[in-house]
Amino acid sequence: MADHVPANAGWFENLDPSDVDSLASSITEGSTTEPQDWPSRAIESNFADDEDDYYARLHEATVEATRQAVRERERADDQQLKHAVRAMDDCERVANELAERVSEWAGSLGMDVAGVDGAREVAARDPEPGEEQLVSLAERTAELADEADDLRSFVESRAPGVAPNLSALAGPVLAARLIALAGGLEQLAKMPSGTVQVLGAEDALFAHLRGQGSSPKHGVIFTHEYVRGTRPDERGPAARALAGKLTIAARVDHYSGERRPELDDELDRRIHRIRTRGEDDD
Amino acid sequence: MTESGDAPLPDGVTRRSFDGEDRLATRGDPVYGEPTDGEWRLWDARRSKLGAMLELGMDTGLDGGETVLYLGAASGTTVSHVADVAGPTYAVEFAPRPARDLVDVAETRPNLFPLLKDARKPETYAHVVEASVDAVIQDVATRGQARVARLNRRFLADSGRLVAAIKARSEDVARDPGDVFEDVLESLRQDYEVLATESLAPFHEDHLAVVATPR
Repeated sequence: MADHVPANAGWFENLDPSDVDSLASSITEGSTTEPQDWPSRAIESNFADDEDDYYARLHEATVEATRQAVRERERADDQQLKHAVRAMDDCERVANELAERVSEWAGSLGMDVAGVDGAREVAARDPEPGEEQLVSLAERTAELADEADDLRSFVESRAPGVAPNLSALAGPVLAARLIALAGGLEQLAKMPSGTVQVLGAEDALFAHLRGQGSSPKHGVIFTHEYVRGTRPDERGPAARALAGKLTIAARVDHYSGERRPELDDELDRRIHRIRTRGEDDD
Repeated sequence: MTESGDAPLPDGVTRRSFDGEDRLATRGDPVYGEPTDGEWRLWDARRSKLGAMLELGMDTGLDGGETVLYLGAASGTTVSHVADVAGPTYAVEFAPRPARDLVDVAETRPNLFPLLKDARKPETYAHVVEASVDAVIQDVATRGQARVARLNRRFLADSGRLVAAIKARSEDVARDPGDVFEDVLESLRQDYEVLATESLAPFHEDHLAVVATPR
C-alpha cells in the first residue's frame, strides 16, 4: 500500500480509526472533487469492519468535527460583534453631537427643540426658504440615529449566539461592550475578574496608579442595574460580585458554549445578599 | 394510508390524531418541543417544507430507508424527521448558530451526520458524503438555488430524486415569484428532468416544491 494520501481521498484515508481528533479535522479541512463509494472503500482498506461500523465511526467523527467547527466559527463572530458595538457607540455619540448643533441652529430660527427627537422633528418639516440646510442636517442626524438603532438590534440579536451566558447576565449590549473592550471573547475569558471590573475605566485606573485619586470601583459594568441600582456604599462589593460572575460566564461561553442558567440564580442571590446586609444580620 | 393527496407516504411516516386533527408523524427522539403521541412525534407542515410536500400529497419518490443528502439542514427540525425514516442521512448547514442545534439533534440519531459546510462548495464535503445517494433534499435560503442543486448533482444516483423547496424571495425579493420560479426551473432542466412542481401554499408562501431526477 502507498503510504501517501491518494489524490481522490476519503475523510478516513490513512488515519487511525481510534484517532477521533485527526478524523474530525480531516472532515473539516479535507476536500475532493468527486464523491466515491466511501463505505466500501473504508471496509476494503480495513478502516471499518462493515457498513454499520463505518457509519458509527462517521457519526462520531462528524458530530465531533461539526461541534468544533461551530465553536471556532462562533469565536470569529465575536469580532463582528466588537465592530458592531463600537460602530453603534460612534453613531450614537455623533448623532447626539449633531442633534445639539441642530437644536442650537433651530433655536436661532425660532424653533424650540432638543436632542435627537428634536432633530427628527426638524427633519420632518417642509423647509421654508432659508431652512433647507438646517432641515438637511437634521435629516442626516435622524438617519445616523436610525443607524445606531439598527446596530443596537444587530448587537442584541448576535450577542446571545456568541456569548449566551454573558449576554444573559449582562444583557446583550453590555456583553458586547465587554467583549469589545477586552478585544474578543477569548481575551475576556482570560482576564482576571478585577480587570473585568474596571474595563472601560482605564483613565481613572491609570490616574490612580499615578497616585492621583482613588482606585475605580467599576468601569462599563456600572451601567448594569446590579451596580447602578445598589446604594452607593455597597456599589464596590456589588461591582466586584458582578464582575466575578461575568468573568465566569465569559469563560463558560468561550470554553464550552453551553448555556448555564444556574449562573443567573447565583448572581441574583449574591446581589440580594449584598443589598440586604446591614438591614438585618448578614 | 393516504387520506389527502394521492402519493403514498414514505414508510415510517404516518398520520396520527393530534388535538383531534390528522397530522403527520414520525418515530424518534423529540427535538424541538413538538407534541408527541406515544413514540410518535408530530411533523408540523408549517415548520417544514418537506412536511408540507407530504401533507399536500406530493409524490416525492421517497419510500423510507434511502440514503439522503440534506442541504440547508438549519437547526435540524426537518432533517430529524428525515433521519427517523431514512437510512444514512448527511445534513449540510452553513450557519454556525443553527448548526450547534443540529449537532444536538444528530447526537441521538446514529444515522444522521452533521456537516458545517457551504452547499455551494460540494468539493468541501465530497470526501465525506458518499456517491450515489438516493435523494438530495434541498432547502437553502440563498440566491442561486438552481446552481446549488446542479452542483450537488454529483452525489445523486442516476435514478435518484432531487426534492427541493425553492424560495422566491431568496432569489429576488422584488420580482414576481412566478417569474423567479420559471428561471430556476429553466436552469434546473439543464441537469435534471423535472417530474413535478407544486406551490407550498398555504403552509409556506412563495415557495415552489420541485421533484426532479438527473438527466
